[in-house]
Amino acid sequence: MENRLFVCSSPHLRDNVSTRRIMLDVIIALIPATIAGIIFFGMRSALVVVATVAASVLTEYIMRKGLGRGQTISDLSAAVTGLLLALNLPPSIPIWIAVVGAVIATGLIKQLFGGLGQNFMNPALGARAILTVSWARWMTEWTDPLFVDAVSTATVDAVSTATPLGVLKEGGASTFSYLDMFLGNVPGCIGETSALAILLGLAYLLFRRVISWHIPTFFVGTVALSTWILGPGGVFTGDPLYHVLSGGLLIGAVFMATDYATCPMTRKGRIIYAIGCGALTVLFRLYGSMAEGVSFAILLMNIVTPMIDRYTVPVAFGGEKHVE
Amino acid sequence: MAFKRVFRGGVSTPHHKNTLKSETSVLGTPEKVIIPMVQHIGAPCTPTVKKGDTVKVGQIIGNSDAYVSSPIHSSVSGTITRVEPMLYASGKLVMSIEIQTDGKQEVYEGISPPEVNNREDFLKAIRNSGLVGLGGAGFPTHVKLNPPKDKDVDSLIINGAECEPYITSDYREMIENPTGIIEGIQLVLDYLNINNAIIGIEDNKPDAIKLLAETSKSDKRISIKSLSSRYPQGAEKMLIYATTGRTVLSGKLPADVGCIVLNVNTVSYIAQYLKTGMPLVQRRVTVDGSVVSNPQNVSVPIGTSLKDLFDFCGGFKSQPYKVLMGGPMMGIAQYSLETSVIKNTNAILAFDKKQGDLPEEWPCIRCGKCIQACPMNLLPLELNRLVMADKFEDLDRYHILDCIECGSCSYSCPSKRYLVQSIRIGKDAVKRKVNRV
Repeated sequence: MENRLFVCSSPHLRDNVSTRRIMLDVIIALIPATIAGIIFFGMRSALVVVATVAASVLTEYIMRKGLGRGQTISDLSAAVTGLLLALNLPPSIPIWIAVVGAVIATGLIKQLFGGLGQNFMNPALGARAILTVSWARWMTEWTDPLFVDAVSTATVDAVSTATPLGVLKEGGASTFSYLDMFLGNVPGCIGETSALAILLGLAYLLFRRVISWHIPTFFVGTVALSTWILGPGGVFTGDPLYHVLSGGLLIGAVFMATDYATCPMTRKGRIIYAIGCGALTVLFRLYGSMAEGVSFAILLMNIVTPMIDRYTVPVAFGGEKHVE
Repeated sequence: MAFKRVFRGGVSTPHHKNTLKSETSVLGTPEKVIIPMVQHIGAPCTPTVKKGDTVKVGQIIGNSDAYVSSPIHSSVSGTITRVEPMLYASGKLVMSIEIQTDGKQEVYEGISPPEVNNREDFLKAIRNSGLVGLGGAGFPTHVKLNPPKDKDVDSLIINGAECEPYITSDYREMIENPTGIIEGIQLVLDYLNINNAIIGIEDNKPDAIKLLAETSKSDKRISIKSLSSRYPQGAEKMLIYATTGRTVLSGKLPADVGCIVLNVNTVSYIAQYLKTGMPLVQRRVTVDGSVVSNPQNVSVPIGTSLKDLFDFCGGFKSQPYKVLMGGPMMGIAQYSLETSVIKNTNAILAFDKKQGDLPEEWPCIRCGKCIQACPMNLLPLELNRLVMADKFEDLDRYHILDCIECGSCSYSCPSKRYLVQSIRIGKDAVKRKVNRV
């Protein structure tokens, strides 16, 4: 027989999207929040970012090598995990704790469960949860942003201060303006304080079609609606804007809850999941012992995701609903 | 026509309609042709000639008694040199007839316009013509035109969508032979007593829409519908939905929602056959792809080898790596240039290694792009996962048999996973299980 041509099953045409490009887009979308963190909390934030990204990528490299699998660091997902973790840590976190967090995120939560796409919970959030319960003191110690109004706080270079949500939890009256909260000029995790920076990232992700609007909208919408209804002075006395702009809600709703591997597959499932995330966040924030509840809300919904997927199998076009 | 009904999902593939302006050229008679006995869905034909026989153009050389089948005619005059299983477009060996041509192209004596007075005559004539769906699937047309008595067919849908990239053979028919298409439609409407025909054309072919609208102006039964240029617009279920708003239920046929769907080339051939009586022995093929010297539309005798076809188009600019019969989304890759053009071959494409190679598969990141792309609303990533884990018993729960294998999922996957490829394996396994029970 003559030289055979190459054959394979159709389709023979592929879109030019790639996993690496998607991960790169997420990194690009996180740049504004990273820069905001460095502006508001100083160069130490940059050190935390570098440490977690490096530790995360190195962990992935060593794990893949140790497990005898092909190298995957070029897909950039380890870098994304490291970056997301850094943005969810307080600026004053000891570097070694941040590194431990990165090892937990990439090594334990991601690689031990099979690597990219196989983890059942968001690696960065899972690591953050472990750090929060293991090193509670360091994880809840907040730094004032560099541009804080000296009048509003007792000490200029305060090591410990309260976040907007912390103030709320203690029943105090907030001194933070909506503008400062929107810009990010309030205490909090490195990447979570600036709503503006996160919204810029969201716009980019939507533009690049990396994510759809459903999860952020339903997540934030549920929180806004519920906190408004369940106000401290009775029904409809809450301050939804304060809740939306404070804590990790926006970064959680835009970057963490939308993690492909740990959110449901279908649009319907994703809406159910986002509403669940919002409801749990409100439950933890208003009635829990900790000030913040976004990360635990998302982690819990991560665990529910397979069940949501199971009950939201779509009906085929022209098909009948499958009877369970 | 402001409102455009769009089916769910689908993908925006590049169109690559490089041969839009290429007027159909005619390939003369090749030295030999290889005519397989399978050129349609249904029962294969049995050769009615033997080695050494001489045949003429339009003479029957293969036939079958089965209802779902279609006779096969010689496209040339010459001598039968081989009757044996040969390499076929699907990659299998299929009983085929090789004819050494004599170059005279003498027409078979019995060829004359059929006498058609009623529906029965009409259907019989269509069967005798050897006509099958020319759009790609190759379903015998006389079967399509004769739906079960209890189905109330009220609409004839003409498929001019041509949603596959590169292919322009339907488009050229619409531009070069609009009257033939309209005449064919009128014949079907008359003999089948249908009062409504809709020609669906993607809106990236505005001149075809305009031309057919002008040509059909005097016949109020015929309307043109501009469709969104979205793959797989030309898939039967998507086309019916876009033109009529009707949904073909799972496992049902177009006739169940009152529709018959025919390709533009198919319907215009009906008019041609009733005028000339010449069976289907010639068709238009789009020849294109990155390594083809002169991409163009060519009218070729059925059975012409791919090699002769490419030679006619000036050969290759560089070494072909992959050759497709059909479009890049659903076409079949060919082992060899020895295989030949058959009745439902609408395009032959040749690509180099860069475009033709299989991309490396990365892990699924569950982004859900395949779900958004699936026009059948399935979960390709779940089906892929189950097939790769050999969990065939769960596939039914995810409606695997509803997959139309359009390839939109694989096209859209950022991890380049072999989604529809694995679903085909799964479908096969499920079908075999169903048949066993």
